[in-house]
Amino acid sequence: MMTEHVHKNCESLLGSLSEYIDGGLSPELCQEIEKHLEGCENCRVVLNTTKRTIDLVHAPVEKPDLPDEVRERLFKRLNLDDYLKPK
Amino acid sequence: MNKTMPTEISLEALIAGDRAEFARLVDAYSSPIYRLGLRMLGNPQDAEDILQNTFLNVLTHISEFEGRSSLATWLYRIAANEALMLIRKKKPEVNLDDAESADEAEDLLPTQFVDWSALPEAQLLSGEGKQTLDQAIQALPESMRLVFLLRDVEGLSIRETAEALNLTETNVKTRLLRARLFLREQLSAYYGERLTREE
Repeated sequence: MMTEHVHKNCESLLGSLSEYIDGGLSPELCQEIEKHLEGCENCRVVLNTTKRTIDLVHAPVEKPDLPDEVRERLFKRLNLDDYLKPK
Repeated sequence: MNKTMPTEISLEALIAGDRAEFARLVDAYSSPIYRLGLRMLGNPQDAEDILQNTFLNVLTHISEFEGRSSLATWLYRIAANEALMLIRKKKPEVNLDDAESADEAEDLLPTQFVDWSALPEAQLLSGEGKQTLDQAIQALPESMRLVFLLRDVEGLSIRETAEALNLTETNVKTRLLRARLFLREQLSAYYGERLTREE
């Protein structure tokens, strides 16, 4: 079967890593990846740290809101002054 | 639909010129668009220009919106174009059309294998750690950064990202993978060194 060969080495796994994390792969491919991960510590580290990298980007501290003065200037530029009440 | 923009906006009201609805649209979408500008251009003044120009464009062109993508995707498309235009103007040396370098799936091989993933978030995002992440995002080539910001920061799907940037889904997936591995490598070098020092 084709999938038996696809993830036999780390380079092939890397190519599918992103989709694996996003849950976009078939159960068969996931199984192949997990089988490889069981025996490959480096790939487990790459997987864990890639997931963690994505988590960090999602952390609230990384998503600042719009500064009030920027919002105010935007509303004025768009002639929306009448609707400029606090959010 | 992406996770960051849950507000239901009435397209009919927008097209009819309902200003209250337009103000709601601006409030719902301005933070993510400002963030995108900030991360693409790297300074607040340019981010504000992108934000204002995006909504001025929306005002002018809302009647032409055909609904083939979601309103959010259409807004991101306008914002991304504004950002790219400004980059072309301010940094003409950046080659944004060099799709090949962004889409080649080669040179992905990691070199850092320290597992720092169990470190607490407070430690990972405090001071220097946050700065390292910010710098790593800024160091991504523009064409990869845009994909990464829409998909991983703002939470658009692969399909929405492809629609917003006029790329194929395959291009989006390749650039996203490269961006994620690049950031992982940068963070691993930083945290790996800290972990080694602590041992």
